[in-house]
Amino acid sequence: MFGFRGTLLRVNLTTGEIKKEPLNLELAKKYIGGRGLGTKIYYDEVGPNVDAFDEKNKLIVMTGPLSGTQTPTGGRYMVITKSPLTGTIACSNSGGFFGAELKNAGYDGIIVEGKAEKPVYLSIEDDKVEIKDATHLWGKVVSETTDELKKVSPEKSRIMCIGPAGEKLSKIAAIINDYDRAAGRSGVGAVMGSKNLKAIVAKGTTKVDIYDKDGLKASLQDKMKKIKDNGVTGQGLPTYGTAVLVNIINENGVFPTNNFQEAYFEKADNISGETMTDKYLVRKNPCYACPIACGRWVKIEALNMEAGGPEYETLWAFGSDCGVDDIQSIFLANHYCNEYGLDTISAGATIAAAMELYQKGLVKDDELDGLSLKFGDKDAMVEWTKKMGKREGFGDKLAEGSYRLCEMYGVPELSMSVKKQELPAYDPRAIQGHGLQYATSNRGGCHVRGYMISPEILGLPEKLDRHTLEGKAEWVKVFQDLTAAIDSLGLCLFTSFALGAADYAEMLNLVCGFNLTSDELLEAGDRIYNLERMFNLDAGIKPEEDTLPKRLLEDAIPEGPSKGHVHRLSELLPKYYEVRGWDENGIPTKEKLEALGLKNI
Amino acid sequence: MKVRVKLFATLRNGRDKDKVYELNEKTKIKDVIEMLNIDRGDVKILLINGQDADFETELNDGDIVAIFPPVGGG
Ligand code: SF4
Repeated sequence: MFGFRGTLLRVNLTTGEIKKEPLNLELAKKYIGGRGLGTKIYYDEVGPNVDAFDEKNKLIVMTGPLSGTQTPTGGRYMVITKSPLTGTIACSNSGGFFGAELKNAGYDGIIVEGKAEKPVYLSIEDDKVEIKDATHLWGKVVSETTDELKKVSPEKSRIMCIGPAGEKLSKIAAIINDYDRAAGRSGVGAVMGSKNLKAIVAKGTTKVDIYDKDGLKASLQDKMKKIKDNGVTGQGLPTYGTAVLVNIINENGVFPTNNFQEAYFEKADNISGETMTDKYLVRKNPCYACPIACGRWVKIEALNMEAGGPEYETLWAFGSDCGVDDIQSIFLANHYCNEYGLDTISAGATIAAAMELYQKGLVKDDELDGLSLKFGDKDAMVEWTKKMGKREGFGDKLAEGSYRLCEMYGVPELSMSVKKQELPAYDPRAIQGHGLQYATSNRGGCHVRGYMISPEILGLPEKLDRHTLEGKAEWVKVFQDLTAAIDSLGLCLFTSFALGAADYAEMLNLVCGFNLTSDELLEAGDRIYNLERMFNLDAGIKPEEDTLPKRLLEDAIPEGPSKGHVHRLSELLPKYYEVRGWDENGIPTKEKLEALGLKNI
Repeated sequence: MKVRVKLFATLRNGRDKDKVYELNEKTKIKDVIEMLNIDRGDVKILLINGQDADFETELNDGDIVAIFPPVGGG
C-alpha cells in the first residue's frame, strides 16, 4: 500500500487486548486520512451519544497519508474524540515528530478504547506493542514524563503524553508531544487522562512506500520553491514565527484586550514577534520535514533556561487579553502550559475571563488565597496558570474553562467562547468573515477551521475588505473545506499560505497512486465538514449555538482603529447555510448528504 | 503636515520603527516609501489609521501610516 501503512492499532485498556487491523482503503479514499478518516471511524464506532469521560468514549490518534513522507510539514497527527469542553467532535492537530514516527512504526493510527485500572502507557516499537505500567509517572509534568520514558525506550523514540492537567480532567487539557508541541484544543488531554493513559511512545524503523518516487521528487522541488518564494512562508514565519501577527492584528484594531473589552493594546510591540526575535530568540524549532520552521526556542530569564517559545495566540491570550505586556511572563505561562499540559489559548482566555469577573466584583478576594486577579498583573497571571494546571484553590474552577467558570458566577456571557470553547486572538467585530467562521466552526471557537484572517487582513490569496459581507459566506465555506482536507492529509495548515488545492491533490496522488482532482479534494473536505456537522447535531448541539458572545454582536468596539464595529452575524448566517446546502435551520439537506455520499448518516 | 510612520518586521532593519515626519501636503504613501528607501516589492500591507490603504492614498495631517511586508501565522 502506498502512502498509508495499511494498519490500525486497536488497544483496549480495559481488557488489555491489542489488535492490528487492516485499514479500509476505500474509506480512506473518501475521507483522505487524519481528521476525516478518524472522524468517520469515530462516528461509526462510537457515535455522538457518549459522555466524553465515559469508558465507552474512544480516543483516536490518526496520521494522514502524507505524514511521515518528505512532503513539506508532513509530520502531523490528529486526536479525534468527543470533547469534554464543547460536547462536539474534537479533532486536535499537532506537529513535532510523533506523527511521522508512528507512521515509521507501521501504523496509520491508534484506536484507544476502555479505561485502564491504574495509570499505564502504550509502548510501540515497530511490531512490538505493549501496555506498560505508568504509576510512577502519574503526577509528573510533561518534561519529566518524557525524560523518564526516553530512558527506558529505544533511542530516538517520540513521545506524546499528558501532564497533571489531563490527569485531573481539566476540560482545557492538551496532549503534548516532543516536549512542546500540542494537540491543544477541546480538552483531548482530559479524555486521555480519563482512560488512565499517561503517554504513548513510538519508535519505528520502516518508511512509508511512495507510489511515484521520481514524480514526487520533482513535485517537491516545485512545492519547496513556492514555499521559499512566498513572503509569508519564506520570510515572515521563519524570521519571526507566528508572533509576527501581534503588531499587524493590533494595528488593525482587532487585537482583543482585557477579555475582549477593548481591541487595541497600546503596548503590543512589547509582546511582538519583533521583540521576541530581537531580544530572546535562541533558535528556530521546526517540526518534522518543515522548510518553514515557525517554531521558536527562547530564553526564559526567571528560570535561567531555554525552552519552546509562545505562538501568536499564546502571546495574545496571556498578553493583551490579560492586559499583560511583559513578554517574559508570557514565556513562563507558555512553559507551564507545556509542563502541566494545558491549551494555551483556553488557559489564557480563561484567566482573562476570571480577571473580568474580579473587575466586576463577582469574584471576591476571599476566594483567591491572597493572590491578585487584576488585569495587567503579570506575576498573578503566571501563578494562576500553575494553579490551573494543578487545580489548586481557585485554579480548580479555572481548570473548567471560561464558560463553566463564568456560569458559576451567573454570567456565562462573559465567557468569550463559542460552543464553550474560548475564541482565539482576533476580534471578529471588525473581521466579518472570520466571525462567521468562529460561529460555524465544528469544534467551537477556533481560528484554524477556516483562517479568514488570511484574505481579510493579510491579503492572501487576495485582499478582501474585512468589514463587508459580500461573498464572505462563500469564502468561509471554501476555507473550511480546504482546511478539512489539509488536516486530513497530515500537513500543516501554514503550507496553505503558499500552496493551493491543486498542489495538495498532486502530492496526494503521487504518494498514494490516487487520481484525485483538486475539486474532488475540496469535495472530500466538504464531506468531512458535513460529517462533523451531523455528529454535532446528533450530539445535541443546536444550530442556535452557531453564534458569538453577546458582547461581540451588540457592543461596538469602544476605541482604536476599528472603533464602532459589531459583528453582523444574523446577516451572514442564512447565506452561509444556503451556500453549504443546509436548510434555513442549519441542518444539512438530504440531497446535500446524498451528493456527498453521506446518506447513511 | 505631521505624519507618524510605523514600520514592522523586516522593514525595521536599519530604519526607525516609529517616527513622526514633517511632510508636504498631498504626499502619497508611495512617496513615503520612496523616502524611506523601501522596495515596493517588499511591501504587502498598508494601513492608514488602521484602515486598508494603497500606494496612491494621499496622507493628511495627523495620520498614522503602518507598513508591513508579507506576514502570516495563526
Ligand atoms: S510551519 Fe511551524 S507549525 Fe507548521 S510544521 Fe512547520 S514548524 Fe511546525
